[in-house]
Amino acid sequence: MSHEKVETNIGLMIALIILVISVGGLIEIVPLFFLKQTTEPVAGLTPYNSLQLAGRSVYIKEGCYGCHSQMIRPFRAETERYGHYSLAGEFVYDRPFQWGSKRTGPDLHRVGGRYSDNWHKLHLTNPRLVVPESNMPGYPWLKDNLLDSSVAAKRMRVLRKLNTPYTDEDIAGAAAAIEGKTELDALVAYLQVLGTHVSTRR
Amino acid sequence: MSSFWSIVVDIVILANMVGGYFLIRWVAKPVKGETKEGEPTGHVWDGDLTELNNPMPRWWLFMFYITIMFALSYVALYPALNNYSGLLGWTSAKEYQQEVDNANEKYGPIFSQFSKTPLEELSKDEHAQKVGQRLFVTYCAQCHASDAGGSRGFPNLTDNDWLWGGKASDIKQTIMHGRNATMPAWGSVLKPLQIGYVADYILSLSGREHKATDATRGKAIFANYCAACHTADATGNQAMGAPNLADRVWLYGASRNKIIESITHGRSGKMPPHKTFLGEDKVHVLAAYVYGLSKK
Repeated sequence: MSHEKVETNIGLMIALIILVISVGGLIEIVPLFFLKQTTEPVAGLTPYNSLQLAGRSVYIKEGCYGCHSQMIRPFRAETERYGHYSLAGEFVYDRPFQWGSKRTGPDLHRVGGRYSDNWHKLHLTNPRLVVPESNMPGYPWLKDNLLDSSVAAKRMRVLRKLNTPYTDEDIAGAAAAIEGKTELDALVAYLQVLGTHVSTRR
Repeated sequence: MSSFWSIVVDIVILANMVGGYFLIRWVAKPVKGETKEGEPTGHVWDGDLTELNNPMPRWWLFMFYITIMFALSYVALYPALNNYSGLLGWTSAKEYQQEVDNANEKYGPIFSQFSKTPLEELSKDEHAQKVGQRLFVTYCAQCHASDAGGSRGFPNLTDNDWLWGGKASDIKQTIMHGRNATMPAWGSVLKPLQIGYVADYILSLSGREHKATDATRGKAIFANYCAACHTADATGNQAMGAPNLADRVWLYGASRNKIIESITHGRSGKMPPHKTFLGEDKVHVLAAYVYGLSKK
């Protein structure tokens, strides 16, 4: 086959381009599905409970990932501030993971247990109440918005289809666990569990 | 990864490089029936645009071969293939550990020197105070503010008024193991009127504006319900983090309304433990720094 044939036949060119890209993509992506480091949870990792899962949705809804990463890189400058570098096996129940790519605010992967619930509630409502220098926007509506408990069980069922090990009891109790809770409660519960499955030293 | 997939990937990686080599050879080779070098190819665009059949410059061609050589040596030296760790034995975890070890070698002796020095003495050491300030800004400022002045609900560390004790060893204990302060909610036990009386009594203790008759009524209620933690003279109890109510330092606000809110709904203050989180050496320096702040 000569070059000219490919160059002058746009249909053939499209077919060949698709072939090249899909082979390249398959070779890069498919093996990851079989890589134990990325598919198996780290020791002690538990799936999010109903409230934390709802909090994760709030995190995504409010676009927290726009300013906060959840990916501590293996450099001392990062681990001194944020704790043990992130491991692939910590994100197996995160669909999708919230690694982010930009840090206007600090990394949040190991923020769990770092501050008290009260601190989080004040800080999310108006960050300037506790950190005068902060340029983070306030989220005062979170404390007024009640969670929609009707989607709680559905959320878990979908994740169970994707191999997150939720039991029938987990799903049955999902709605009751977030009944009457606010978005603020859920988001704080989510933040408080982040990164706590790996013991860490700054 | 399963051995099947490792083999597939390894073959594809190597086949790619070999394929790349032959692709370059193939496109660089003259094709049968093409015009001579330097002659027009016969391709015509826009009626009068033609191209000459010029070979790719040699240096350009060599760059392709160099990238293939680079890829081959990279695969040999680094863990690019599965189940093969590369001649250098490099891993990102190892590289990280090396960085940490280097830092420990450099800073370890400084911190161990600090940790052998008693807190009171360390608080006067200018170098330790500088290190302490850097640590404070990184780990503590989010709650206690960068000037350690605190904010509502988060104690000021510079005013020499202490909830859990101001001795250097108390401060270290607080940072190491954390503190949990709980003021119960009295809203279900006391009537709003009674809570108002108590608030007036508390205001009277620090000599602020209050209703004298209400304060007298509040005094009796205080003795029954509040004195157990805050002591009979309301000067507080550092063993349980019960604040002194007779001074003018207020953690949750000084106004009568805020005092009523504290009594009605209760308060809970939580200082997280930092022992496993920072390690004793860093906590030691931090405790000395905070102790030093209160002595300025």
